[in-house]
Amino acid sequence: MSVTVLLPQVLQSDAGGASRVDIALVAAAPAGGPPPAEGGREHATLRAVLDELARRHPGLDRRIRDDQGRLRRYVNVFVDSDECRAVGGLDTPVPDGAEVRVLPSVAGG
Amino acid sequence: MTYLLVIGTRKGLFTATGDDERRTWRVRGPHRLDSEDYANMAGVYAVGIDPRTRRILAGAESSHFGPSVWYSDDLGGSWHEPERTPIAFPEDVDASFARAWHFAFGDEPGTVYAGVEPTALFRSGDGGESFELVRGLWDHPHRGDWWPGAGGAAIHTVIPGRVGAEGTDPRSMTVAMSTGGVYQTRDGGASWKPANRGISAVFLPEDDPEYGQCVHKVAIGSDGEFYAQNHHGVYRSTDPAAGWTSIAEGLPTDFGFSYVTHPHVPGTGYVFPVVSQVCHLPPDGHLAVYRTEDAGASWHPAVKGLPEDPYYGIVLRDGACTDGAADPGFYFGTRTGDVFCATDSGGEWTRVAAHLPDVLCVRALEV
Repeated sequence: MSVTVLLPQVLQSDAGGASRVDIALVAAAPAGGPPPAEGGREHATLRAVLDELARRHPGLDRRIRDDQGRLRRYVNVFVDSDECRAVGGLDTPVPDGAEVRVLPSVAGG
Repeated sequence: MTYLLVIGTRKGLFTATGDDERRTWRVRGPHRLDSEDYANMAGVYAVGIDPRTRRILAGAESSHFGPSVWYSDDLGGSWHEPERTPIAFPEDVDASFARAWHFAFGDEPGTVYAGVEPTALFRSGDGGESFELVRGLWDHPHRGDWWPGAGGAAIHTVIPGRVGAEGTDPRSMTVAMSTGGVYQTRDGGASWKPANRGISAVFLPEDDPEYGQCVHKVAIGSDGEFYAQNHHGVYRSTDPAAGWTSIAEGLPTDFGFSYVTHPHVPGTGYVFPVVSQVCHLPPDGHLAVYRTEDAGASWHPAVKGLPEDPYYGIVLRDGACTDGAADPGFYFGTRTGDVFCATDSGGEWTRVAAHLPDVLCVRALEV
């Protein structure tokens, strides 16, 4: 399966200038069982997507997650149109073909 | 001769270059820490200048994208962030690095210490590009009792090599934290003991607790004497493990955040009084600096050249420093964005910069 991560301009330099990163993943699978489906589509967890993003661009990951792997408070990550915190956080299912959009939240003054 | 002043503010890093007299300054900033400019608006809570290499370290915290450390090897001309995250807690520690509060440099080349939030000490052996947690302090049995002050739970003073006025030892170190107080190691950081006897803790029920104080800043005099600006209380000590003596008499208030010592003259130093723990404003609504020349036995105002109008900005923990020159310059910045300088020979404050964002820290160098 594959997903596309969309980055805001402010983070693109940490991904070699890319505004989008296509990521191929092995779908999540319970031990000994077939890959689960989400609406008939394979899926991975958001954590797995970000882990693969971190493997490719470690300097980008530290902007999105802290040193314990938690999402930074003022960074929002949408899986298609759903902000992940409203779904399952880092365990949010990311279906095959989905767009994962990283956006800075409203903060500062 | 010129002088470089590095100014960390709530919104970015500034520098000022001064002439030989240190009366005329050129201010630049906010510096471009990153190519996308988001870090230019980050809060710069800690700045350090390596006395050997002149590398400048800046600990900056973006409200969106978290904290990191940037460095410059050309006196602020260009800035770089280490490829790998410079400060991070190990995976087995349930804590996330929030903010660097203070940098200090050890005797060995490349050795840098970072006091951070949450309360922890990190050590670097490569000039500040990567740091490792000092486990001995993190695992201290008192740690669960170190509560955050208003600024957060952090180590904001690190004094490598010293635990008393007599001599230095590379295995010794003194740190101060809010809250928690002063701790010292004599075995390279493996074990730590509190050194707070005589320091008040007005927010605790005990009269003389072993630890838990909120020691805002500890400074070392040129003779090795220790000085402390506490959360109510100003102190000196020849041997912190034995205890501290109050030197607050003669000051308008005993509350404040910073203490700066003269780099060459024993007993001379500056404090920046603040009304109280519940009123973080200058006494009587006027910018106040007090100087002692007799190790705190007496104090006198050192305000020549400072604004005489009502003033409400205060000086934070690392918001004052000296450049250490033969005729030293002393510097401080305020939360209302002004920065001042006075040389020891001149004695009169000159405004270096005005209308900056809140000044969080300053560090200076003769270049």
